[in-house]
Amino acid sequence: MTDLGLVVELTILVLSIFLGFEVISKVPTMLHTPLMSGTNFIHGIVIVGAIIVLGYADDGVTKAIGFVAMVLATANVVGGWFVTDRMLEMFKRRPDIRRDRDA
Amino acid sequence: MISDPDVIGLLYLVAIVCFIVALKFLSSPKHARKGNWVGGVGMLVAIGTTLALDGIGNWGLIVAGGVIGAIIGLVGARTVKMTAMPQMVALFNGVGGGAAALVALAEFHVAIGDIAEDEVVSIVLSALIGSISFSGSLVAFAKLQELVSGRPIVFRGQNIVNSAILLGAAGLGIALVAGLDEQWALVGLIVLALVFGVMFVLPIGGADMPVVISLLNAFTGLAASATGFVLDSTVLIVAGMLVGASGTLLTLMMAKAMNRSVANVLFGAFGQVQAGTGGPREDDGRTVRATTPEDVAVQLSFARKVIVVPGYGMAVAQAQHDVRQLAELLEEKGVDVAYAIHPVAGRMPGHMNVLLAEANVPYDQLKEMDEINPEFAQTDVALVIGANDVTNPAARSDTSSPIYGMPILDVDRATSVIVMKRSMNPGFAGIDNELYLDPRTTMLFGDAKDSVVKLIGAVKTA
Repeated sequence: MTDLGLVVELTILVLSIFLGFEVISKVPTMLHTPLMSGTNFIHGIVIVGAIIVLGYADDGVTKAIGFVAMVLATANVVGGWFVTDRMLEMFKRRPDIRRDRDA
Repeated sequence: MISDPDVIGLLYLVAIVCFIVALKFLSSPKHARKGNWVGGVGMLVAIGTTLALDGIGNWGLIVAGGVIGAIIGLVGARTVKMTAMPQMVALFNGVGGGAAALVALAEFHVAIGDIAEDEVVSIVLSALIGSISFSGSLVAFAKLQELVSGRPIVFRGQNIVNSAILLGAAGLGIALVAGLDEQWALVGLIVLALVFGVMFVLPIGGADMPVVISLLNAFTGLAASATGFVLDSTVLIVAGMLVGASGTLLTLMMAKAMNRSVANVLFGAFGQVQAGTGGPREDDGRTVRATTPEDVAVQLSFARKVIVVPGYGMAVAQAQHDVRQLAELLEEKGVDVAYAIHPVAGRMPGHMNVLLAEANVPYDQLKEMDEINPEFAQTDVALVIGANDVTNPAARSDTSSPIYGMPILDVDRATSVIVMKRSMNPGFAGIDNELYLDPRTTMLFGDAKDSVVKLIGAVKTA
């Protein structure tokens, strides 16, 4: 991958901090759990690191470490996403209950 | 195969934008689910781009690892009960932290002897924070799953031992940055960080676990971001840091909802005053009064206003569907019914909302603490179902109580209080509840689901 240089990367990092704070500054308590789970899914992005390490590995040790990293990161991504989706699927508004009662 | 760095960079940019939009959507109930889908698309773009990088090999291992991980994740996510959601989040968080630490270790192993100083800094940070997140999350999981005691585990000199472990890890980290190009040093650092993760979470009580999980969530984000510096990957830097920042903010918001500082949660007010202080004295002559479903049914049917206070006990008994049915029955009789949701009801902020949503309770009927507390004074019956610590008046009045200062639902201001509870055992925080001795309170003992079903029958005939 292209090396942007440390200063550019640090700039991106600092801007991301502000962005992260800004984006979730007004989240209601009722969404804290799904949000925690959703951000939990997003840090599964470490899977990119696992693929790079494993994909470019030459020796046995690196392959072994990369393989375990790959398993863990995939579990993070897949598990994180499905748990979040299952939770959010259930948030419904009032009209649904009427239908439910008639059924 | 993609070899043009601009194309690669642009594809990763698409992924980054998806993650930002996902977070934005996740903070509103209307768009939250869509947000998760957008995040999913971003993740697929990032993974696809990485797999298409020039020179990626070891396809057998990549596919095998991916399939195994996906099965673990899918089975875990599909089979977990909604009540066990917090520990599942902890588990998935932990494996992410572990992955970040391993990526750092592998990079160090490959580049050893020829490695830039700023890369070592990133490797050390990623290994340190990722390992703490990994083992800490596993302990949080074990506590919530009740594999180990939810109570704080403390011993003499704990702070000294913990500080020594962390200093040891930090020392190795500094040595590595200063040019100690030895693999044992990084492995040692990881081991110490793993031990520290365990020691750091053990003394924290089960009731505070959500704050810890949120903090560790932020940690894993930071570790992923640090990994991005090692690999010069913008998508890792940005996505990791977005989680680091939003997770930190979420942690602060949760601690605030409990009226505690994060430091107070982490370094132990719960642990220090555990030894039997607080709670009602046994010998002051007041007694607990038990009641029957029939009596409660009459009280509820002729009430004007009922507030249901659901807690984790209701969820464990899987009574939420029956509670909704009871509430609807009462509404048909003209009773005004609302649900009072404490910010930390359940085992995690917002957990109770999820559980009630699962039972088709419309979310606009759920009232948050600040909104509902003034209404208790005009309420005929407060029906507490499997909630305990969040209703304990000691939090308001008893400075010796471990939960003193935590905001509570003012159920004791209602005309009468009915507490549905399995037994007189103390709640998750491990302390007794003064509310049960209040003359306005009657207790309906038994399994929550059982009791609610009986109540429904009794209300129908009342």
